Amino acid sequence: MSSIENVSRRNFLKTTGLTGGAFILGVNLPSMGFAGNAALSEQASLGYFVSIAKDGAVDIICHRSEMGQGILTSVPQIIAEELEADWNKVTATLARGDSKYGNQSTGGSASIRNFFQYTRQMGAIARDMLEQAAANKWKVDKKDVQAKNHHVVNKANGKKLGFGELAEDAAKLPVPAAESVKLKANKDFSLIGKDVNLLGQEKIVRGTATYAQDIQLPNMLIASIERPPVVAGQVKSFDATEAKKVPGVVDVVQLKYRGLPVNVKPVSGVAVLATNTWAAIEGRKKLSIEWDHGENAVHNTESYKKELVKKANSKGIVARAEGDVYSHKFDDSKTVEATYTVPYHHHMSMETPAATAVIEGDKCTVWSGTQTPQWGKGLIMEELGLNPETDSDKVVFNQTLMGGAFGRKGKNDFTLEAVELAKATGKPVKVIWSREDDVKHGFYHSIAANYYKAEVTKNKSADNWIQRVVHPPIGWIFNDKDDRPSDGNLSQSFADMPFNVKNLSCETQKISTHVRTGWFRSVHNINNAFAMGCFVDELAAKAKISTQQMWMNLIGPDRQLDLKEEGFEGWSNYGQTSKSYSPDTARMKHAINFIVEQSGADKKTAKNEGWGISYATSFNSYAAAATKVRVVDGKVDVLEMHTAIDCGIVITPDRVKSQMEGAMIQGLTMALYSEITVKDGIIEQSNFHDYPVVRINQTPELFVHMIDSDKEPGGVGEPGLPPIMPSIANAIFHASGERVRDLPVNKVMKV
Amino acid sequence: MITLKVNNKTLSLDADPSMPLLYAIRDLAQLTGTKFGCGVGQCGACTVHVDGTPIRSCLTPLSAVSGKSITTIEGLADKDKLHPVQAAWVANNVPQCGYCQSGQMMSAAALLAQNASPSDEEIETFMQGNICRCGTYPRIKKAIKQAAVSIQEAK
Repeated sequence: MSSIENVSRRNFLKTTGLTGGAFILGVNLPSMGFAGNAALSEQASLGYFVSIAKDGAVDIICHRSEMGQGILTSVPQIIAEELEADWNKVTATLARGDSKYGNQSTGGSASIRNFFQYTRQMGAIARDMLEQAAANKWKVDKKDVQAKNHHVVNKANGKKLGFGELAEDAAKLPVPAAESVKLKANKDFSLIGKDVNLLGQEKIVRGTATYAQDIQLPNMLIASIERPPVVAGQVKSFDATEAKKVPGVVDVVQLKYRGLPVNVKPVSGVAVLATNTWAAIEGRKKLSIEWDHGENAVHNTESYKKELVKKANSKGIVARAEGDVYSHKFDDSKTVEATYTVPYHHHMSMETPAATAVIEGDKCTVWSGTQTPQWGKGLIMEELGLNPETDSDKVVFNQTLMGGAFGRKGKNDFTLEAVELAKATGKPVKVIWSREDDVKHGFYHSIAANYYKAEVTKNKSADNWIQRVVHPPIGWIFNDKDDRPSDGNLSQSFADMPFNVKNLSCETQKISTHVRTGWFRSVHNINNAFAMGCFVDELAAKAKISTQQMWMNLIGPDRQLDLKEEGFEGWSNYGQTSKSYSPDTARMKHAINFIVEQSGADKKTAKNEGWGISYATSFNSYAAAATKVRVVDGKVDVLEMHTAIDCGIVITPDRVKSQMEGAMIQGLTMALYSEITVKDGIIEQSNFHDYPVVRINQTPELFVHMIDSDKEPGGVGEPGLPPIMPSIANAIFHASGERVRDLPVNKVMKV
Repeated sequence: MITLKVNNKTLSLDADPSMPLLYAIRDLAQLTGTKFGCGVGQCGACTVHVDGTPIRSCLTPLSAVSGKSITTIEGLADKDKLHPVQAAWVANNVPQCGYCQSGQMMSAAALLAQNASPSDEEIETFMQGNICRCGTYPRIKKAIKQAAVSIQEAK
């Protein structure tokens, strides 16, 4: 935090476009990377803002992207807590994409767990300055005054001055160092951990909230793009004669071919631009295009999955080893060996990608809903040949709400498409994706095969353990020579597994990649936690003990884990290096015991019914799930689902709860109903009929059990998801004896 | 020229009669509260009322609604006063990303207009055409029941 400034009103207005207050605080935030792209984040200069108007209204800029997780409430809530602001007087504004705000990449469930301290300091600095202003006015020492509920109180005589009355004076004071201001003790929190009125909800229910699809500019053209059906394919030739005859169609533009690596850039194609959406869609239908599908047309999921399974069953590249498992002779009667597969998945956010761009002179203005506005801005500057050092003010990146994202909108291919077309046409252009575009041109969660083998010991645990994972790596999109999961990938419920086994080998394999892979909510925890959670259940069945007991036996004694010391040199703990974030086995066991206790998963069930439980640590949080199902004549009915979450200190309890509810429903979709398949390089699905997501009538009763904790805040957006799928598969086994190792379940059972 | 009444305002649109109502509302009338979700009537994000009946505006050509009265999410509230469905949505913190919620609320308001006190099953049957990817269904159910009670109380 190198510079904290008390910004002049004029400069504030210039930088933010907001109606500024009398007091405006601008501060640097530390730059932190998003999923390995630290190098892409720009140098921070001036950032985070608290503004207080003369009437006491407090506006707080939320520099994190809002995609439904509720950060637009949680960031202001943290600042208002330390500021001692009255929540009813607080509003929030989404920040533009600008390095001045510090890191804005909203992914990896990082907004609270990586920025809690700094966010609190923003509020505390502003409070300190208001207190100083009051002390000066009363000619007393600062320690004799105290901010309380939007006022500063003189402790000696009880006199009060409102924040609004103090704002102008506070603005004239020097800004104290972040480290010098005192943060509240947890016991004094009056907003953090309390359910407050959520910001932004009324606009949503009135239909006036602005999403990227909603941007309207005068003389704007709407673009609908026909993209190459196969990744890295390209246009051979096209005929736009008929398309141009559609009334409203203004232009047809071929987008440039960008080759490999695909990166997060547009995939080329032909755009039809029209004065309204319908004309653009109709015009596009009339295009005649001949494609060169390229090399990835060889890709077929049916054969590719067999390759993944075969590789998972052969000795591979060791990521973590302890002892010497290969010298052990496994006793077949006590050994469980299993391979699990998870298909490609698509984010399927309700709002399909959209972005608007206008280029006037040397200035480019965009409106997009993205998880990574600064990365997007950097790519735009590269696209326009601007100098990132000197031309930063030539690109204005306006951020809208996202109608869901789940990782997909961390990629700005759609934003760049708008820029490319705005440049080509000289007009404002809004690119809109149809649902078919969205499904067929995603950045998919990798199809994966996980192999496990372990032998049950006399004390109903395991001493010898082999596990392997094979999947196309996300790294391939940035480097098309990349052929295996990274250490970061393997740190997601795979080689970081917490079990206390003597002889262990965690391995991976090389594999080719043929579709755009990407971050999907909880990323590789999806396949890894599914496999691990099912395998623990299988071991429990072999040992004839409860799954809960098998988790206890495998996890072993209470301890803080450092996986680097346990044979996993490449281990990373979701970006945290502090010991206060070390995975804690006591918290793991507590989450598992808590879910069983709260759900009653250890109780007897009716005939044909069964409970399944599972557990996963991810993004520094501890999550367990329990699901009850009924299986009759091969038909699965999910009866109730439970999640227990220990995510450390909680800011907005209701939004943690809503994230857990959402994760259960998303996990249910992924376990039972949906998969993306590829034939001859082309995605076979296209819309909700063939990539179904759970509907209201398919949703069972959901229960969220929050675990009280005063530990460091963990992630919330993603950790709920990983234990869900294995809990469902395990429940199906306990209800029916049917072991489903290949998802989705609907391939082998009725759902 | 096609004439429509949208939220009690008469609009004359110079548009292709085959244009789906959704694009006319969003692009021409510039009322963007009604959302595109799938374009084929599978998700319900584009739900509006035509003479009080909920329809999927992405599938309804302008020619079919000429002269009819259309209510969009922007017209659901009585100016400052939220419709009981909207109020219940806020009270239960229903929205996550919020994108599907216009359609959800338009469906819910239509349900309550024809069934003052729907059961869980009736809610599920009526609302199953509206998809929410964030997973707000349990709260939608709760909010509909709460709205039903407040509508009854107001009578």
